Amino acid sequence: MTKAITVSALHKSFGRTHALDGLDLEVETGEVHGFLGPNGSGKSTTIRVLLGLLRADSGAAQVLGRDPWADAVEVHRRIAYVPGDVTLWRNLSGGEVIDLYGRLRGGLDKARRAALIERFELDPTKKGRTYSKGNRQKVALVAALASDVDLLILDEPTSGLDPLMEEVFQRCVEEERQRGRTILLSSHILSEVEELCDRVSIIRKGRTVESGSLADLRHLTRTSVTAELAGPPNGLAQLPGVHDLDIQGRRVRLQVDTDKLDAVLRSLSESGVRSLRSTPPTLEELFLRHYQDEAAAR
Amino acid sequence: MTAVFAVRGKTARQLAGTGTLVRFALRRDRVMIPVWVAVNALMVLSMPNALKGLYGTPAERADLMRQMATNSSLRAMVGPVFDDSLGALTAWRVGVYAGALAAVMSLLVVVRHTRAEEESGRQELVASGMVGRRASLTAALLTAATANAVLALLVTAGLAGQGTSGALAFGLGIAGVGMVFATMAAIVAQLTESARLARGLTAAVLGAAFVLRAAGDSATDDGSSPLTWLSPIGWLENLRAYADERWWVLLLFTTAVLVQGAVAYELAGRRDVGMSFLPTRPGPATGRLGTAGALAWRLQRGSVLGWSIGFFLAGVVYGGMTEGAADLVGDNAKAREIFERMGGQSGLTDAFLASMVGMLGLIAALYVVGSVLRLHGEETSGRAEPVLANAVGRLRWAAGHLVIAFGGAALIMLLAGLGLAAGYGKEAGPILGACLVQLPAVWVVGGLAVLLHGVSPRLAMAAWGVAGAVLLIGWVGPALDAPQAVLDLSPFGHLPKLPGGGMEWGPVAILTLLAAALVGTGLAGLRRRDLTS
Repeated sequence: MTKAITVSALHKSFGRTHALDGLDLEVETGEVHGFLGPNGSGKSTTIRVLLGLLRADSGAAQVLGRDPWADAVEVHRRIAYVPGDVTLWRNLSGGEVIDLYGRLRGGLDKARRAALIERFELDPTKKGRTYSKGNRQKVALVAALASDVDLLILDEPTSGLDPLMEEVFQRCVEEERQRGRTILLSSHILSEVEELCDRVSIIRKGRTVESGSLADLRHLTRTSVTAELAGPPNGLAQLPGVHDLDIQGRRVRLQVDTDKLDAVLRSLSESGVRSLRSTPPTLEELFLRHYQDEAAAR
Repeated sequence: MTAVFAVRGKTARQLAGTGTLVRFALRRDRVMIPVWVAVNALMVLSMPNALKGLYGTPAERADLMRQMATNSSLRAMVGPVFDDSLGALTAWRVGVYAGALAAVMSLLVVVRHTRAEEESGRQELVASGMVGRRASLTAALLTAATANAVLALLVTAGLAGQGTSGALAFGLGIAGVGMVFATMAAIVAQLTESARLARGLTAAVLGAAFVLRAAGDSATDDGSSPLTWLSPIGWLENLRAYADERWWVLLLFTTAVLVQGAVAYELAGRRDVGMSFLPTRPGPATGRLGTAGALAWRLQRGSVLGWSIGFFLAGVVYGGMTEGAADLVGDNAKAREIFERMGGQSGLTDAFLASMVGMLGLIAALYVVGSVLRLHGEETSGRAEPVLANAVGRLRWAAGHLVIAFGGAALIMLLAGLGLAAGYGKEAGPILGACLVQLPAVWVVGGLAVLLHGVSPRLAMAAWGVAGAVLLIGWVGPALDAPQAVLDLSPFGHLPKLPGGGMEWGPVAILTLLAAALVGTGLAGLRRRDLTS
């Protein structure tokens, strides 16, 4: 598979702030790639470099096989972008802005535009200054999703949407994936990324700290297990990767590193399992642990 | 419960936090207000000396009074003369403009701290604090009142040498005009949802006040026309500072301020934060805009239209008063000298026309800077970013706005020329030529704005400073007999004085090339730098 985006050792400073400090990112064609990081970690700066709006100090970036700085216009013809904070012109209606963006990208699917406006329950006749944050975001989302492009770059696109609209958005992204489009989705909302993304990159302080499929990242996480046993538990405390063990008679609660789950289950079934509840790791935990570990290491 | 809140909310609580907001407003305006006040006060206070130079002897002053009594077109511009003392002449010469400047300052301050805050959404945050429903409006009006009070104080103190009661009347009158428009802006800010519209509508009322007074004063030579009395600027004139002051006119200002203030308060208490009494109408569900250039035109067309109308009308007015003005100036050796310094030495009519054309050129420099800096506004507001993330190159994006800036400057100068020629009734060709000759200098100022925005966007706003300096040199320089080296700093100083003088292609060509070089360098910088966000 060819790469839609390749970024290596990207550096960018603004005065004394190092916004990007050797960032790497690879996005395969046709995948939905989650771009995760806390506020101020450099997500938007990376995206602006990918759009050729900022020039990297050093490092290499390729978008759809081209240099986004030198070939900005050619690259942009095949990209749709939704900024995290959408500002509109006060005296242009939402519909006018959608059509403008569509034409500036070289075309917009009329039927799709109409369908999206209906699904997002957007009133396209309102003027820019009267939209709420969420509605401004919908304007940009409709324009991006109705455009005929290969790569969608979405910078925290759901930060103003309510849960119902978030679901509409997730379904739209799913459809885009099935149409074979590549999507870079930056977010700090982990459940969203977990739901949608094939692979994720986690960045922190301008550097990529982790990258891979969600399965690859499971080793970083713990599964929590609650079980009621037929007999007394045996030797659980000695197993590697077990944390926060809590035994009360025949009830067992524990956390286990996900890649050590097998041994724990075997040990439990030796005692006979009456009931078992295991909660898979959420990216939330992954994320939290990652940063806790870093904080502890310092 | 409700009753208790209602009773408590009635009075003091509605103004809770006003003091903090006033301090906050004064802090935010710590540059803007002092500059407005200082420029206005300097204009007024420099006048007695300038007039002493122009009309030094009582005979000259009596002559001026006689002339003004017969010259209705000049009365329309500056109003009638009521007495021949230096103080009275000062009040006559700058009254209209000092009042109008105070009005503009006041309306800007009030809209900035009321509607603009609501529109940006910042007001919600402020209103969620310990802030009463009417505190923001009160704070805005108090801020404007502070500015006007300081202005009145400076004028009174500065003119006291010409007589204290006249100085006091004039100072209070200027501040009165300011406060009438402050409270007017307070009403308009309740009606519209957009700060830009609120400023525009209030400015339109100010323009109407100016026109009413001008019409009234051209009809009568003593300010007694009902049209003059309809205009707050006319009240300032009819206060008759230094000419047996009519103190009761101050009651008109007070009444107007109180009534308008009460209306604004009533409206402010009845509406939701961020909402208005004139809601925005919905727009079309689909759009026809398809290029960056079309977008630029859509964003700037209103302003281009406004400038076009203004320049054409100004041309008609100046053209119409050309003969009369030349007659008036002709009798005064000193004034004649100044006009010739501004406009060349080829007969007074041509010199007058040339100085008017030059003045319009200087004002066109403001247009070109404002238009070029739209680029800056689009960029810093974040609206440029998604446009440039489409298949739009930076140069094409910038070109859309620059064509309107540089082409628009040509358009408004052309219209000014047509207006001048129509008003004057002859010499259409030379007048149009004279107007177009201003363009290279206008473009150089615009080119500097492009350069600043392209190379160092943080300094882009300094382009206003450049335009202001050019304006100052062009307006004040000749009257002060400034040395040539200073006049040469402005691109306008190098232009041939047309009509009347001989055409010089050299400087015109050099300025055009310089403007092109500035634009080219600016655009090269824009291509190379990071987009600010």
